[in-house]
Amino acid sequence: MILKGAEIVVKTLIEQNIKTIFGYPGGTVIDIYDQLLKHSDEIEHVLSAHEQGAAHAADGYARASGDIGVVLATSGPGATNLVTGIATAYLDSIPLLAITGNVGTSMIGKDSFQEIDITGVTLPITKHNFLVHSVEELADTIRLAIKIAKSGRPGPVLVDIPKDVQQKLTEYVPAAPVEIEPLKTASDADVDAAVEMIAKATRPYIYLGGGAVRSGAGELIQELAEKIDGVMGASMMGLSEVPVTNPRFLGMQGMHGHYASSIAMAEADLIIAAGVRFSDRATGNTFKFSTGATKIHVDLDTSEFGKNIAVDLSVDADISDFLTKVIAKLDQKKNEAWMVRVDTLKKQEKSYDDPNFLPMLAVKAASDITTADTRCVTDVGQHQMWAAQHYDFTEKRTWISSGGLGTMGFGMGAAIGAAYGSGKRSVLFTGDGSFAMNMNELATAVTYNVPLTIVLLNNGVLGMVRQWQTLFYDKKYSNTVLQRKTDFVKFAEAMGAKGYKATNIEEFKAAFADAYSQEGPTLIDLTIDKDEMVLPMVPAGGTFDKIIVERSDK
Amino acid sequence: MAKKRIVIAVYVENKYGVLTRVTSMFTRRGFNIDTLAVGETEIPEYSRITISMSVDEIEQKQIIDQLNKLYNVRKVEVIDDEMGIRRELLLLKVKNNPETRSDVKDCVEAFRAKIVDYNAESLCLELTGDTNKINAMIDNMKPFGIIELCRTGVVAIERGPEGILSK
Repeated sequence: MILKGAEIVVKTLIEQNIKTIFGYPGGTVIDIYDQLLKHSDEIEHVLSAHEQGAAHAADGYARASGDIGVVLATSGPGATNLVTGIATAYLDSIPLLAITGNVGTSMIGKDSFQEIDITGVTLPITKHNFLVHSVEELADTIRLAIKIAKSGRPGPVLVDIPKDVQQKLTEYVPAAPVEIEPLKTASDADVDAAVEMIAKATRPYIYLGGGAVRSGAGELIQELAEKIDGVMGASMMGLSEVPVTNPRFLGMQGMHGHYASSIAMAEADLIIAAGVRFSDRATGNTFKFSTGATKIHVDLDTSEFGKNIAVDLSVDADISDFLTKVIAKLDQKKNEAWMVRVDTLKKQEKSYDDPNFLPMLAVKAASDITTADTRCVTDVGQHQMWAAQHYDFTEKRTWISSGGLGTMGFGMGAAIGAAYGSGKRSVLFTGDGSFAMNMNELATAVTYNVPLTIVLLNNGVLGMVRQWQTLFYDKKYSNTVLQRKTDFVKFAEAMGAKGYKATNIEEFKAAFADAYSQEGPTLIDLTIDKDEMVLPMVPAGGTFDKIIVERSDK
Repeated sequence: MAKKRIVIAVYVENKYGVLTRVTSMFTRRGFNIDTLAVGETEIPEYSRITISMSVDEIEQKQIIDQLNKLYNVRKVEVIDDEMGIRRELLLLKVKNNPETRSDVKDCVEAFRAKIVDYNAESLCLELTGDTNKINAMIDNMKPFGIIELCRTGVVAIERGPEGILSK
């Protein structure tokens, strides 16, 4: 059938099983919005308050569902407002399709109204991007963009569509949903080499990251841990792939990781790294990182091998395929001394816990009340680390947080997207700093009655930077004390959401139980002390033996 | 780790913006390119980008892996040290003084260069060769007064019957 480009955009998305998109209208996407209205029974559009919120929502949708997220914005400022959202998805390898309108092809390069070279701007933060020159290539470009975004190591792809391309007519031929490129499989040589390394190991540690989540390898990783009598730890991006109820799982490692997890990693004689990139936040000083361990690195992206950490065996394959083959060749191992050592570390870790530490109590209380399939979303800062440390993840893809880019303001959009992507309630842990960056999206949550409970840990300061100022900058608190007079409960009410105030754990528990049982968005403003710290802490570029476990002033 | 000068040949789709995508990767990852040459190839749909740069082993692996990830890149190959033929083209405009003219001409002859423009005040010469030869020629011309020079950067091909694409 002969259709206008704008209708081809919408029909192609529908044909590719895209059910929900997030976006914001403007001059160069009016034609597409016109078609979204026409096809609103087949595809749902969620209108955000700001394009950044829409980009984070599409990202949150992808993280919660495992499918691609789609965001639509107009040219110029609409497109540039997506940039932080696209970069966030890029650093965490999240499949995202960003569609932007642009001025007509004859107006490009003339500094026309709301014209920006968005393919140029997003070049280093997309897996690939396209400027569509003709309506004839439009449908196939969108299909290819989806394929690239989802294949191999996923990532964001942007398609920029000039207005005249949207208005021109051409034949539209529906196509089946694209199939992703087949994932690479592990070679016999790699499997045998790994089996040999495992046989020699007496202190094995499996280190899982975002790639393990992408591969859905949680069960296989637990099976491997059992068989090699080893333990598991996760980068921040790997959380929720393995349930915290497995006693072999020691939790997040790294700068603010669990004590037992970080120390066990430093003491291990074999590290099996699955879908990680050895980020500086996870390794500390790369030259002194686990120097005694043999390292096996499995990833779909060969450029990760040796990029940050030299490894002994790099396996260019899908994690699940590799693990399946390795497990089949392994005999049951017994590493009693290692298990005893890990138990000691766990006990030591417990002894560092302050039973009255309010941020921990709040996260644990929320975690106790929420259902297992609730999406735990965060912004960026101290609250993020407390949630990562103390929330009990038992189901996959329930942890949604900006890892690589560390985007303050990620949470509101992402929590909305996560609720759409999962069909479940989202709980957002945020701080007064991060929340204020994109709190406009509470309007969106109210409009669509999004099932969302916001836990705002309010300390009146930019806590994470303050913590560094306390520890490393002589307590000179430059611009981290927020002398604001924001009443977040009134704010929530003004936006049409229900607000609660809590100042201690009992009040918080009562507020959370009520807030979580509501249908639409709710917000709890929990006052915490401005000098609370995220511990343990391995200072940036430090080594795991220099881990700080307790506040020196306590 | 010791750095060594390598030449990388990259076959890319001959499309709008592809050169930017390739060079942007080098910028983003903090690598410095010494020379870069782009041109059409035996296949009209592909262009060949030839890059020369100094890298250590880890950097070399990283560059090749990152190039291979770019959607428009079809083939990446490091030109073999032994098998590689590398050439640059130099165009150089030098002052034409009666006192130095014969010295310039001697040099042109010794290097098997060509004089391609001649007038009372200047002469322009053309030279093909590997980077060392080009550098030596430029050094020789310096005392005579170089007015302007330009060079193409290295292009390279491997000896033998095989093409890079079929490797």
